[in-house]
Amino acid sequence: MSIVAETSITLTPEHDARPGASVRSRLQDALPKLVLAPSFAATIVFVYGFILWTIYLSFTNSKTFPSYAITGPRAYQRLWRWTFESDPPSSWYTSITNMGIFGFLYISICLALGLFLAILLDQKIRGEGMLRPIYLYPMALSFIVTGVAWKWFLDPGLGLEQTLHQWGWTSFHFDWIKNKDFVIYTVVIAGVWQASGFIMAMFLAGLRGIDGEILKAAQIDGATTFQLYRRIVIPLLRPIFLSALIVLAHLAIKSYDLVVALTSGGPGGSAWLPSNFMYEYTFKRNEMAVGSASAVIMLMTITAIIVPYLYSELREKPR
Amino acid sequence: MSAIATPARQSTGGISARTVNRIVIYGLLALFALFYLMPLFVMLVTSFKTMDEIQNGNMLALPQAPTFAPWIRAWSEVCSGLTCVGMKGYFWNSIKMVVPAVIISTLLGALNGYVLTKWRFRGATLVFGLMLFACFIPFQSVLLPMATILGSLGRFGVKLQNATGFTFGFGNPTVNLVFVHVVYGIGFTTLFFRNYYEAFPNELVKAAQIDGASFFQIFRRIMLPNSLPIIVVTVIYQFTNIWNDFLFASAYAGSGDVMPMTVALNNVVNTSTGVVEYNVNMAAAMIAALPTLLVYVLAGRYFVRGLMAGAVKG
Repeated sequence: MSIVAETSITLTPEHDARPGASVRSRLQDALPKLVLAPSFAATIVFVYGFILWTIYLSFTNSKTFPSYAITGPRAYQRLWRWTFESDPPSSWYTSITNMGIFGFLYISICLALGLFLAILLDQKIRGEGMLRPIYLYPMALSFIVTGVAWKWFLDPGLGLEQTLHQWGWTSFHFDWIKNKDFVIYTVVIAGVWQASGFIMAMFLAGLRGIDGEILKAAQIDGATTFQLYRRIVIPLLRPIFLSALIVLAHLAIKSYDLVVALTSGGPGGSAWLPSNFMYEYTFKRNEMAVGSASAVIMLMTITAIIVPYLYSELREKPR
Repeated sequence: MSAIATPARQSTGGISARTVNRIVIYGLLALFALFYLMPLFVMLVTSFKTMDEIQNGNMLALPQAPTFAPWIRAWSEVCSGLTCVGMKGYFWNSIKMVVPAVIISTLLGALNGYVLTKWRFRGATLVFGLMLFACFIPFQSVLLPMATILGSLGRFGVKLQNATGFTFGFGNPTVNLVFVHVVYGIGFTTLFFRNYYEAFPNELVKAAQIDGASFFQIFRRIMLPNSLPIIVVTVIYQFTNIWNDFLFASAYAGSGDVMPMTVALNNVVNTSTGVVEYNVNMAAAMIAALPTLLVYVLAGRYFVRGLMAGAVKG
């Protein structure tokens, strides 16, 4: 983020610095900070304070109601034990494995599909103005609506399978949404459907920002179209990859609603993500400490991704 | 324009090669357009069909005898759990929550952005960084403490009610949700306005100040009139996010007649008493989707810019 205001004109009037300045003018001086203060205070209390509170709870023995006697890292020990409990899989094991599968597929397919569509749309396409909004509109829908639509579409008795049967392909079989081993992939499908158009728009904006002269020069030098993209265009899009990755990682770790609406958790909780695990344990199974511990783990994961990114964005770039 | 023209040397015997190329590209693009449109299309046609037609017909077929009945049922009769009063109440719940939350968070974001760019102080970047990070946290990590606080505010509201006969909004789920969405939305709105105002010429502000304009006068007379694009972006972004929110809504207003639209829709779809009326469910889903879709159709350009601004820095 280039700090445009680097020539930072300090707008604070100088006379206010005088020791004898009137209360009024000193108030005037503090006004900007006073205006910012409520928002900042709210962030400190309701974000950072609450995070500390959650961390605290994760070290207690809270069940249905918060209890404030520290009982040590028992919740984490349980989560740790569950992490390796794969036969039969614990809900936590299922949740984090699903997170791995979902996160990896969702992010990589969205990136690949987004880039692919952006490159296709960048080929001087007639009707681009019509296609772009079609690819992008799912982003305006809530996860709940997306879930409801895809739930219907993927239902073996009503949706795609039924339709293909009617068209004569009676051997077609697609019941992933009811299958505990595959239900997480239906979440990937719906998630990709929702977000890939937006990733496309990001890449398209990036492609449009590339200097045409570079490409012309490369073409004159005899580069094939494939080489051109592979060697020049895609490397130039690196910042977009990074931003898209951050957006997708952020969406992936939060996709609680989609799992709820699409699968209601899947057969036996087989579609759970850590966000669902947290919600269920905290509010339904009365294991508040465990729920808090899982929230802390989610937070730490996202922090590990976001903080370096924000740091590099906000650092004042050396001139 | 960066569009890469197909290399010229294909032109030997290549008009057809180029044509094939174009056909493949358009074919793929059309295929993907189908992929993106399909669920919406299915939802829409299903919502106009009779149950009979759904059970015996093809999912993709257009309705034989289009009927508005499912929409009417969804709006005013459909059951969410055991209460069968339709979606209309929940729709208004959402409106009552979204409008104040959007206005307050946008206004605060504008003020914050103004302070952070035009009245820089030591530590401004740190303050901004802390607020920005708040956008990215998984809300699960604040869900429980907030529930506790809202619970005690509710009890305080009851006390007020007993003492004065009026709760002053304490404990009202809609007020709670407005509060929550403002608190967790200001990070984004501040980001939007900060990045926008960063590019706003300092000289104008300086000149106004020399002319004796006060902090708020500069904001009202100079900054705000020049902020229309970013206001539109922010309002759309916040509107979409808050309207579509499910996590906070289900945690803090998850049952009864106070539910916002997303929670109600989820309940309607998962209500399994009697025959599942798919057409009504789809109509309900369409009703839940319409406001944001409408915004997208009317102001798609700003919608995209908002998403981008949320993703890519200035």
